[in-house]
Amino acid sequence: MLRWFQQTATIIGLSLRSLPQRAGPSIVAVIGITGVVVTFVAVLSIAEGFNAVMVNAGSPDTAIVMRGGSNAELNSALALESTRLISEAPGVRRGDNGPQASAELFVIVNIPKKSTGTDANVPLRGIQSAAFEVRQEVHIVEGRRFTAGTNEIIVGRAASNQFAGLELGQANRWGENTWTVVGIFEADGTISESEIWCDAAVLQPAYRRGSTFQSVMAKLDSPETFQSFKDALTADPRLDVQVERETDYYSSQSSQVRGIITGIGTVIAALMGVGAVFGAINTMYNAVATRTREIATLRALGFSGSSVVVSVLVESALLAVIGGVIGGGVAYAAFHGYQTATMNFQTFSQVAFTFTVTPALLLQGATYALAMGLLGGFFPAIRAARLPIVTALRDL
Amino acid sequence: MKYLPLVWSSLFRRKIRTLFTLLSIVIAFVLFNYLSAVSVAFSMGVEVAGSDRLMLIHKVSFIQLLPESYQTRILAVDGVDHVTHATWFGGVYQDPRNFFAQFAVEPEGYLELYPEFMLPDDAKERWYRNRTGAVVGRTLADRFDWEVGDRIPLQGTIWRTESGDTWEFTIDGIYDGAEQGTDTTQFLFHYDYLAEANSQGRGFVGWYHLRVDDPSRAVQIGETIDRQFANSPYETKTSTEQAFVQAFASQIGDIGTMMTAIMIAVLFTILLVTANTMGQSVRERTSELAVLKTLGFTDGGVLSLVLVESILIAVVGGTIGLGLSWMIIQQGDPTGGFLPAFFVPPEDLVLGAGLTLFLGVASGVLPGVQAVRLKIVDALRRT
Repeated sequence: MLRWFQQTATIIGLSLRSLPQRAGPSIVAVIGITGVVVTFVAVLSIAEGFNAVMVNAGSPDTAIVMRGGSNAELNSALALESTRLISEAPGVRRGDNGPQASAELFVIVNIPKKSTGTDANVPLRGIQSAAFEVRQEVHIVEGRRFTAGTNEIIVGRAASNQFAGLELGQANRWGENTWTVVGIFEADGTISESEIWCDAAVLQPAYRRGSTFQSVMAKLDSPETFQSFKDALTADPRLDVQVERETDYYSSQSSQVRGIITGIGTVIAALMGVGAVFGAINTMYNAVATRTREIATLRALGFSGSSVVVSVLVESALLAVIGGVIGGGVAYAAFHGYQTATMNFQTFSQVAFTFTVTPALLLQGATYALAMGLLGGFFPAIRAARLPIVTALRDL
Repeated sequence: MKYLPLVWSSLFRRKIRTLFTLLSIVIAFVLFNYLSAVSVAFSMGVEVAGSDRLMLIHKVSFIQLLPESYQTRILAVDGVDHVTHATWFGGVYQDPRNFFAQFAVEPEGYLELYPEFMLPDDAKERWYRNRTGAVVGRTLADRFDWEVGDRIPLQGTIWRTESGDTWEFTIDGIYDGAEQGTDTTQFLFHYDYLAEANSQGRGFVGWYHLRVDDPSRAVQIGETIDRQFANSPYETKTSTEQAFVQAFASQIGDIGTMMTAIMIAVLFTILLVTANTMGQSVRERTSELAVLKTLGFTDGGVLSLVLVESILIAVVGGTIGLGLSWMIIQQGDPTGGFLPAFFVPPEDLVLGAGLTLFLGVASGVLPGVQAVRLKIVDALRRT
């Protein structure tokens, strides 16, 4: 056994030392795999960034209440009496200022994107003061909170970066009102940062909503209270509502975009992977072919077939991993932290997010590369081991 | 032609390499087609937007409704030939995941404006008469196995009936698209049904579609209309259908561009790798080529032998790839019917064909020229 390891180590050393002689085709194989890994990581970093905003958004002890069957805030409508009933329901956490529940309006306003100058649907949320207690991750980083009853707005950091006219102090005319940005807020990179906030009481007349709202965001005593809270509301004959955990709500609201990104991404990565494996197979066959004599000589000297197999596989895997590491590096350098915004079809509104290349993604990329390398090296390795020694030596 | 066997035998000299080179090319061109289908999907069918049609929406955002009374005022504007409206319904069929677009429209007015929605005359008649009737696109009908006469319940999300939540529709017809990019995923029904049965009452519509008699004046007419409604409680924003679709597509933003860029990079990586492999197979045969030259082959003869070989493999691989992906793409988009336009435009197929030729020439010409420059003596000595 030990002998076998020694043999294998010797051959691996030999093949790696002769690698520079086969630099051309080896580099090409590395480039092929690099390309695949760059794409793989880049596409998944889009999904990852989007997830960071939508899926990690919300906390398990926050509930969102909408009209029954509306599925999204945009479709919902709740009368003032309903929002009061919801706020007073058992399970809602009570602070110094009463129940920690905010009845909200959610509308869309056309604002040009900075990058293209074309109109985008930016979400505008009318809130009540309890919203800051419900969403504790939200904090003002520039300026101040809006004054209740005025046409002042505060803007999420990501929205301020992506859309025109949303910097501190700027005024915007939407419909018949002029809105002034008095503050910029951050929310740990979650969906709220894509939004504009204002006083719900001001937004109601501006959007002709009378005294109605669209949702109630409620902080619960604990995540476990959710079920009893939900049961209490759905059993109430005065209410027709659907109750969801905030976390579940955002996750389901983004399922289609995530589906599209991962759907297309998977097809691309799979196709390219196959292409790269073909490339690797060609390279390794070639490597084996040019080393025919060397391998035959080793075999004649008594080196075992299996150690030859391993050496070919190791070479192939090494080339692939080099490609994988370079690819991951390129993807990280080129895409990590890239800020952009896309439209979430389910809410018709813009979600700003950042491409995120996580260590887990890099590891996945490298693993994928390794798999391609092993697959690409397999058949050439078998051939190398099966090489008829005598003919191969005669081939001189 | 008489040298074909020679090309043939050199292709089969290393069967495995030829096979895998061929397969790489196939993959590259499958990717190429897929790429053009994806970019078509992300442009949301802007290619098929009508140049004489305009969209009129609420200035603040398209989710805000406009008064129904605008219709006659818009029609009165000089140059406007036809006006109709549509309203987003946003209903749910069985499960929210079964998303598709539903519009409440004026049946005759809408079909008049969208002649590319092809509906048999008897179906049209049926639909015009049936207040709870609906017509659906072919793609959508296929997705849920709907047939004419089926009753479809939709759960109202925005719009509620007076009594309960579910709206009942009967399918009166299935329309086909006149062009490849026509959206056949829509569900159209009577605005009158929506207006009369909903709990909020009538008087408001989602947006207006209009047609102008002179496309070159489209933008100007749009400005005239917007001026007319300026400073009213319902200000408008009119744009050509093309501009509207383009703006909508750019809302998806860099994602489409980014994916396209990535795929182009990948395509070229694969082509580079492939070209290199093909070139290598020529370099390996240096001595054989020298023998051919000794036998009296001209420089041009050797060059064309090499080129024919590389072009042959590129074209065969490319054709298989383009054909294969065309078949895959015909099966529909990978998101299960969410991207309405998912097809390869003919000009991209032509471009793909051109690219196969280019690949063949590019990968053959360098080693070919090397082979030509070769001094016979040197080449033969090398072995």
